[in-house]
Amino acid sequence: MSRRIVLGVFPDASRLVNVTREARENGWKIVDAFTPYAVHGLDAAMGLRASRLPWVCFLAAITGAALKLWFEFWTTMVDWPLNVGGKPWNSLPAFVPVTFEVMVLSAGLTTVLVFLILARLRPGKRPALAYHGVTDDRFVLILEETDAAFDLASVRRLFEKYGAVAIEERLEEA
Amino acid sequence: MGNLILSSRAPLIAGHKAAGDVTREVCRPLEGRPTTLWWGSFLVAVCFLLLGVVAVSYEIATGIGTWGVNRTVGWAVGITSFVFWIGIGHAGTLISAILFLLRQRWRTSVNRSAEAMTIFAVICAGIFPVIHLGRPWMAYWLLPYPNTRGSLWVNFRSPLVWDAFAIGTYFTISLVFWYIGLIPDLATVRDRLRAGFRQRLAAFLSLGWNGSFRTWHRYESVYLLLAGLATPLVVSVHTIVSWDFATGVIPGWHATIFPPYFVAGAIFSGIGMVLTLMIVARKTMHLEDYITHRHVDVMCKLVLLTSGIVGLAYATEFFNALYSTNPYEEFAFLNRAFGPFGWAYGIMVGCNVLIPQLLWFRSMRRNLWVVFPISLLINVGMWFERFVIVVTSLHRDFLPSSWSSYRPTPIELSMLVGSFGLFFTLFLLFCRFLPVIAMAEVKGVLHIGHGPEETVRSGPPSKPLAESKTTPRWIGQGVET
Repeated sequence: MSRRIVLGVFPDASRLVNVTREARENGWKIVDAFTPYAVHGLDAAMGLRASRLPWVCFLAAITGAALKLWFEFWTTMVDWPLNVGGKPWNSLPAFVPVTFEVMVLSAGLTTVLVFLILARLRPGKRPALAYHGVTDDRFVLILEETDAAFDLASVRRLFEKYGAVAIEERLEEA
Repeated sequence: MGNLILSSRAPLIAGHKAAGDVTREVCRPLEGRPTTLWWGSFLVAVCFLLLGVVAVSYEIATGIGTWGVNRTVGWAVGITSFVFWIGIGHAGTLISAILFLLRQRWRTSVNRSAEAMTIFAVICAGIFPVIHLGRPWMAYWLLPYPNTRGSLWVNFRSPLVWDAFAIGTYFTISLVFWYIGLIPDLATVRDRLRAGFRQRLAAFLSLGWNGSFRTWHRYESVYLLLAGLATPLVVSVHTIVSWDFATGVIPGWHATIFPPYFVAGAIFSGIGMVLTLMIVARKTMHLEDYITHRHVDVMCKLVLLTSGIVGLAYATEFFNALYSTNPYEEFAFLNRAFGPFGWAYGIMVGCNVLIPQLLWFRSMRRNLWVVFPISLLINVGMWFERFVIVVTSLHRDFLPSSWSSYRPTPIELSMLVGSFGLFFTLFLLFCRFLPVIAMAEVKGVLHIGHGPEETVRSGPPSKPLAESKTTPRWIGQGVET
């Protein structure tokens, strides 16, 4: 399966946000945008829903903390109970600091790992760039030519209205 | 002029830059040859580091007897330096995580180097407790792992075990946070450099980042979550470090004020170190447009705030010791201020509480020739604060017959010098090989304080890349239209 895409290159972020908003209002299918930094308001313009990564973070935190707390009780009460200075077997207050640290560690590492997997980022991956300078100072919007009704001319008009420095049509192998 | 710089509408980044200018200027030091100044500083730092390596090797080969510690003063320069370096690291997390959550957008020019400072400081800190073990090859005993002695588990009620977990977590999360922030900038570096080793390295480490906004959207979420995790973490780490002392029944250590007192002191010393590094970096690397007088001014105000908190803690400690009518507590504090180590107490109060008061005056905050020495003195003062806490509380304990004194040996001092050598070696390598300014974040704040029209200005399009195995491929193929 291959698809035809139209790519517009813009010189600054505000034009990209405006052109994206208008393209979405026209009902055109936005493949993705490529920007050198996290542009404010572009998520709303593209209609992206809020990320669910906070839930991953929350669950990893709960799991990590619970496992560590269980481990602390198991080692000090079950596996080899040692009387240390007459302190009680159930020293819950003293178990809190390590539990907290492990909670943070497990939440942080899991969130980052899940992010890398979802974003398909891995060491040594050869990047697929949209246009020269997209990691420097170019802002790119890619639309998909969905069907026969797709009007390339009006897309060109819109891109030119917002001062596109380049407009290209490409064929993408899926 | 002064009003212009301090007003909220003043630009965060001076010089009316476009995004392309940021890339070019931040990447310039990575692309050229290092300056003579860099080589000179690097050689000095490496010499200090080698001195430290020799001292630590000698200590490990011979034993803790090479230090000046004795049965009464069991902790001294080693633990002082450990707490000192950990504290330095905390300002980096303050700038990268806490100021991010507080939406302080001026942080973007300094957060990359402040985070690097955190990581290098934690590395320096981690060395001291390990060599203090005497048998550092047994350091893994601090971790709960299944073993053939039972299994004999670590004692989770012990603050020293808490410490191992706290420092380990802090280092890992700081490193991950720093690296996540670096990925987009490494991609920028990858797309600029000519094919070669450095380009391949940047390509490997940038994980195939292509600036996709769907990824940016998730990335923002991850960054916010890591900031939210790092903020309580940094408070917990220095709280746990303070518990190393506060859970002991030593007069002068056994105080509930220790956690907030230590956290404030840590941030105070760290901001001092950030100021030192920033002032040097902006001059030597020509980053005056990025690290402006406004940044120095804001950090001076943070110094003033934390100096006030630290001063209040000194006063509270002293008052409580006298008010407690506990003779041991009273003695510990009177001995601290007026005993044989009274000079160290004087350095501590002078450098940490009195001298920073100069920063109340705007003319002083604007004068780098005043701010720079103050930032150095803060570091001196905060090292001596930990020295005062560790040594003066120990050297005259409950029984006068076991009173003792302490004098550091050349080996201990060499290790301290060596830790500075390690820190500056790593920092200079960082300045040479990685972008010291978070380009992707700075590009997002360029418009602040400038009219909307000026951000439209854009440089010429970037030059196309030469094809090679590590250069990027392009999305789709061109078709005739």
